[in-house]
Amino acid sequence: MTKKETIERAERAKRKKAALGEDIAIGEYMTGKEHQSLNSLDEFPAEYQQDLLDAGIEPTEKDRSGSFLQRDCSVVFSTVKYPGLELMSTTDALKEHDWLKEYLWKAVPVDTDKYTAEVELDQTHGYFIRSEAGKKVTMPVQSCLFISSDKIGQKVHNIIIAEEDSELHIITGCSVSHAVNSALHLGVSEFFVKKGAKITFTMIHNWSRGMVVRPRSAVMIEDDGAFISNYILMTPVKSLQMYPTAYCVGRNARATFQTIIYAHGDTKIDSGSRAVLRGEGSRSEIISRVIATDNAQVIARGEVIGEGANAKGHIECRGLMLSDTAELDSIPELKATRKDLDLSHEAAIGKVAEEEIQYLMARGLSEEEATSVIIRGFLNVDITGLPDALARETKKMFDMSLEKVM
Amino acid sequence: MLQIKDLAVEVEGKEIIRDLHLNIEEGEVHVLFGPNGCGKTTLLMTLLGFPSYKVTRGRITFKGVDITEFPTNERVKLGMGMSFQHPPEIRGVKLGDMVNIAQGRKEEEIDEDVIALAKRLNISVDFLNRDVNLGFSGGEVKRSEILQLLAQAPDFIMFDEPDSGVDVENIELIGKIMSELLDRNKMPSKRDKSGLIITHSGSIMRHIKADRAHVMLEGRIACSGMPDEITKNVMETGFERCVELCARNKEVDAE
Repeated sequence: MTKKETIERAERAKRKKAALGEDIAIGEYMTGKEHQSLNSLDEFPAEYQQDLLDAGIEPTEKDRSGSFLQRDCSVVFSTVKYPGLELMSTTDALKEHDWLKEYLWKAVPVDTDKYTAEVELDQTHGYFIRSEAGKKVTMPVQSCLFISSDKIGQKVHNIIIAEEDSELHIITGCSVSHAVNSALHLGVSEFFVKKGAKITFTMIHNWSRGMVVRPRSAVMIEDDGAFISNYILMTPVKSLQMYPTAYCVGRNARATFQTIIYAHGDTKIDSGSRAVLRGEGSRSEIISRVIATDNAQVIARGEVIGEGANAKGHIECRGLMLSDTAELDSIPELKATRKDLDLSHEAAIGKVAEEEIQYLMARGLSEEEATSVIIRGFLNVDITGLPDALARETKKMFDMSLEKVM
Repeated sequence: MLQIKDLAVEVEGKEIIRDLHLNIEEGEVHVLFGPNGCGKTTLLMTLLGFPSYKVTRGRITFKGVDITEFPTNERVKLGMGMSFQHPPEIRGVKLGDMVNIAQGRKEEEIDEDVIALAKRLNISVDFLNRDVNLGFSGGEVKRSEILQLLAQAPDFIMFDEPDSGVDVENIELIGKIMSELLDRNKMPSKRDKSGLIITHSGSIMRHIKADRAHVMLEGRIACSGMPDEITKNVMETGFERCVELCARNKEVDAE
């Protein structure tokens, strides 16, 4: 598709409402002024440092193979320390690699809805991450998309490519300054996991009450490739709708989605993960843990579509209700298109059981302490597939986020 | 250590325990026999202060403190402990976490201390990393409960059917650790710990020595006596007959 055709398709989809989630008036948000670039992450204004930390970003860049920071609509920092790893803004990457345009809108169609169209028509950067063939970048890359101005519309297009037999670990945080009352984040992310490659993607969303968020993500996984996503959201958000989709197109392609959501305040979330098992013997696992309290409204979705021989997929959605004014819908879906498939799901919504509280009290905890232990336990998903150090760090980030809400 | 006076307990509006008196001194271990549904477990849950067990009459005094109205964790702080027969599964909370909690430590790691304690019960690190009670076998539940008690080191321990669903080898190991927890290996004058063991089969009694035994029927203690004698009578003749024998002996004593 030529650039002209892409723009035409985007123009036609400009008013196309999304299949899910309430409709957002994009026109209410602006592009805003340019921000100056930084020489190091600790030059980032002190008032925002905590917001970076909360999104899992290490300002000292210790144990990171590269760092990327976009503030509002400006890329302010991008550095790479590891041979075989590329990290820069998508805008720069498109100038540097002529071939990259072939990847744009390959996993997420540009005319999916008005949000993808908007990202094409009024894009403000995003990141490009690529590991060269055979390179195992075990140290994680960190990237952060930060919003510091009111009424801003951040519209990013991210491209992530793990070439054949390479390995890439990404920690990405989306964060917002506590001073922002209202803003929009549109993020298109297209992942390409080539033959025998592996990407782990640990994403922390650190939004606030006034944020409207519409990520659009898709992953193409080739033969023996693996994609693992860990998603954590513990802060309130005004409106979030997303349904990242992994296309396991290759033989034995594998996709794992683990989602942890603690929805409180007036948070409104419609979030799910989808796996399309096209390749022979491809596999997927979708796990979600959702807590809904206060007036939060959450729809937790999961879908597996089995198309390839001997494909196998499982969905596990667990919910915990902590209030009578919250609402949680758990919707797992399975679709089979042939006979040699193994698809399953389990969904459960419960409460903090009295019996469990009493048991913990019988070991000396107060009622409040016991409740907190049960909630932590409920959200505690063993994160698989990450290198040890990263798994420990992810656990730490999770504990930090949880401490803030409990 | 523990005094129960004229206790009556209701569960969901139904009276389960009535006219119950029991004294357990420091260093004593009592065993309570009784058929299913006689109120044995209700007694333990009441002593532990679980909210659905309502004391409608009587007082419970523990270490000289009237604890009748105390919440569970306050009783535990005073030194009570319990080995549950059917503990609940808690997802995401590991057995090792429970050991840390029982020890009153804020520690989040399953460290060398916990591992050393577990070794004494032949409990592996893998087992410490499993979600507590989730898919545990009968024997695993008992060992997990006793491990938590080892960590907690209470002064007064209640055991709810420690022998149910456990194979012969494990009963012996459990009996050994229970004896240790309850100071049974010390000279009687050196014993500080007390215990109340509930058993319906009585098989644990081959592995631990008690000081006094009671038979509970329909919410009351129907007879009390020496453990060997009561165990023998219960095993050979059943609960009701044992109580009858008990009553006859009392009459003989009275004459």
